[in-house]
Amino acid sequence: MKKSASQILKENTMLIVLVLVYLFFTIRTSGAMFSPFNFNELITQNAYVFILASGMLMCMLTGGNIDLACGSLVCFLGALGAYFMAIKNMPPLAAVLVMLLIGIVYGCILGYLVAYIRIPPWIATLAGYLAFRGLGTDVLSSNSSTGSISVKSIESFLNIFAGKLFKTKMGELNMPCLVVGIVAAVLVILLNVTSRANKVKKGYEADSLGFMLGKSALAAAVILLVAYKLALAGGIPTVLVWVALVVLFYSFITEKTTIGRHFYVVGGNREAARLSGVNTRRIMFIAYLNMAIVTVITTWVVLARVQAANSTAGTNFEMDAISACVVGGVSAYGGAGRIFGMVIGATLIGVINLGMSLLAIDANWQKVIKGVVLLAAVAFDILSKKRSK
Amino acid sequence: MAKILLEMKNITKTFPGVKALDNVNLKVEEGEIHALVGENGAGKSTLMNVLSGIYPYGTYEGDIIYDGETCKFGTIKDSEGKGIVIIHQELALVPEMTIGENMYLGNERGKKFKIDWDTTYVEADKYLKMVGLSESSKVLIKEIGTGKQQLVEIAKALAKNARLLILDEPTSSLNEEDSRALLDLMLGFKKQGMTMIIITHKLNEVSYVADKITVVRDGSTIETIDNANHDIDEDRIIKGMVGREITNRFPKRENVKIGEINMEVSGWTVQHPLYPERNVVNDVSMYVRKGEVVGIYGLMGAGRTELAMSIFGQSYGNLLSGVLKINGQEVRLKKSPTDAINHKIAYVTEDRKGNGLILSQSIKVNTSLANLDSISKNLVIDKDREYQVAEEYREKLKTKTPSVEQLVGNLSGGNQQKVLLAKWMFAEPEVLILDEPTRGIDVGAKYEIYCIINDLAAAGKSVIMISSELPEVLAMSDRIYIMNASRIVGEMKASEATQENIMAAILKSGRGD
Repeated sequence: MKKSASQILKENTMLIVLVLVYLFFTIRTSGAMFSPFNFNELITQNAYVFILASGMLMCMLTGGNIDLACGSLVCFLGALGAYFMAIKNMPPLAAVLVMLLIGIVYGCILGYLVAYIRIPPWIATLAGYLAFRGLGTDVLSSNSSTGSISVKSIESFLNIFAGKLFKTKMGELNMPCLVVGIVAAVLVILLNVTSRANKVKKGYEADSLGFMLGKSALAAAVILLVAYKLALAGGIPTVLVWVALVVLFYSFITEKTTIGRHFYVVGGNREAARLSGVNTRRIMFIAYLNMAIVTVITTWVVLARVQAANSTAGTNFEMDAISACVVGGVSAYGGAGRIFGMVIGATLIGVINLGMSLLAIDANWQKVIKGVVLLAAVAFDILSKKRSK
Repeated sequence: MAKILLEMKNITKTFPGVKALDNVNLKVEEGEIHALVGENGAGKSTLMNVLSGIYPYGTYEGDIIYDGETCKFGTIKDSEGKGIVIIHQELALVPEMTIGENMYLGNERGKKFKIDWDTTYVEADKYLKMVGLSESSKVLIKEIGTGKQQLVEIAKALAKNARLLILDEPTSSLNEEDSRALLDLMLGFKKQGMTMIIITHKLNEVSYVADKITVVRDGSTIETIDNANHDIDEDRIIKGMVGREITNRFPKRENVKIGEINMEVSGWTVQHPLYPERNVVNDVSMYVRKGEVVGIYGLMGAGRTELAMSIFGQSYGNLLSGVLKINGQEVRLKKSPTDAINHKIAYVTEDRKGNGLILSQSIKVNTSLANLDSISKNLVIDKDREYQVAEEYREKLKTKTPSVEQLVGNLSGGNQQKVLLAKWMFAEPEVLILDEPTRGIDVGAKYEIYCIINDLAAAGKSVIMISSELPEVLAMSDRIYIMNASRIVGEMKASEATQENIMAAILKSGRGD
């Protein structure tokens, strides 16, 4: 079945908006937006959104449920981690594992409350939203006179979560980075080609050859561009590896596995899913346990980037994650949404943030613009879908 | 000849890609009851939406002549101003509000910003009396039954000074007694000079109440049949609806080979999930053999669905007592549908949109849902296999769709029902409990569903068919249980069963509480 050009445009409206917004900022900043340094910034600044939004997407799939506590949890876990490493001199690996363990315990409790006691998720997590900010601040203020604990000296921790692979100097071309980029680009093309060949062989619906090739070429070009820019910016940031792992993992879960399918059907019609033998409570439990684990990963990344724990860490993270999902086409009612869409949404928000900072727009007005953009993006998406019916 | 109140001339309405109405003509005389019949998707509702202004003037071609003048309705308010009031199939009442509040919703009594509640309730009571309701208009909607709610809808329409009342499937959610009361009410209104259009699938109602019958098929009006003596033959109407003579509405059973008892329940008693003092199923014992189609007949609310769902892994209510045997072995199912599916029991719900299908997902996803593990390895779904399975069932059940990637929400009722059946057939059950398998689908699709049921029985499966349509139960079953007020009140072989002795069994058992 061939798709018409207008259909392709409609399915990728956000991608096109992203390109246009990026071009706009590149022109307005006379190319600064396109520099290797800012490419690197875009990734490291927004890593937390990609990771957190992957978990938020799973929650939203189950029926528009959200987690309000994740931002505060980042603050609390970060404070604990910094306390263990910098004050108690715990080995970084042990501290990281303890953070994970606490996250899992909390996730089990939250999952139990939501899935089995049936407390509406936004209320159950509202409690965490308040409590964890308080707990985190308390840990910090009782262990530091400045209300902040630095982890600058814990190098092995910083290297794993905020370092560079095969580090080189700014401006020098980093060969390993380029090689990784080329390999990734080739892999993407190969995957697309074999998957289409497979479909054609079995007589299933497949994209036309030209469309598939165009799509692959575009994806490969983007990967190569990013790799080239990062190579000039000192190498692959380790955080990108974490982001890639998380994003690929959740793409796989949502698109290929039975459990992923169960998330979609629970959100699509919970009663029908239950009567078809889906354990709907277990799905809700997993959604919130998973969210807690994803929050732990976010905490590692954020703590390493900021190199200190403080009481404002994680502020509004939950809103950023929800925005990324919603802009990326995840249904606010559940049952629909893709990781790829979320990635586009998160990137779009990141680009707008970075672009406005580069243009030195007043911080208060940045908030106003972000709010308007969020609303416009969703309205645009709904309208374009309506017209296609 | 009486005066023509409404004439719709050469109405054509196109949606992108589809001609929903093609040169439709309809003439309604003042003071008559005019029935509009046709299969699902024939265009009946579209026609009424054109008439009431939901599709405003300019979006369709043709003329509406009402009471001698050509009308150009832009909104529902315009048509209501002329006394054309439509009562939709789905009740549009707010459960938490009173009858009176509901009746004047959007039509409030009093001044612009201040509602005059005294007038509201006095007037509401007046109209309630006209429809034969004795309730006070201050009672909340949620406290009265569906039958009475339908009457409130009619009272609401009367309160708008209706001259032409359009009823879209008014009895679809009513039991026979309430349906009859409603039809008699319509006849009463007719005597007072009201004009009515009724849309319905129930042909016995058409012949009872309608003076004229207009048949719509594929967006065109086929014919208008006169029914002044109320004696029209149902087959005559069906012939117009489907465009050919239907010699037999029910396919013949072939290969009837009835075997051992497959599933049996005894002393089955189930509590209401919220009101433990109420038993929704009371001491029920029944069985089904391999290759047998067992009908459970009962009116709505008799406890049929509750019985079925409680057998299906206690997915409704709390089981107080009772033994379930599968193949002669006693089985205790956990309180989970999964356990029932593992024991090869399937429950095909009566409410396909509410709790049967995921409307926002494709046919493919819905088909594989109840048996996803069989096409997965280590939790990874084999998507090729899934596609093949969906295709296989699409062909087997003759589901009309361009592709199995189509969203289920875009299908017609009959095709949705087929997808629902496909899902449960793919789960490879030995016992299938079908709850109202042909509700709200058209004659052609019904026939196909019956064929599927016969095939299942011929393949040695046990089928339990719950239905409130007597002809269907009589024609399809080998054996019939009759259910009333939470109990089984009769059991008979299909060969011995007649409409009369089934109704007698229900009446003899009393109407319960």
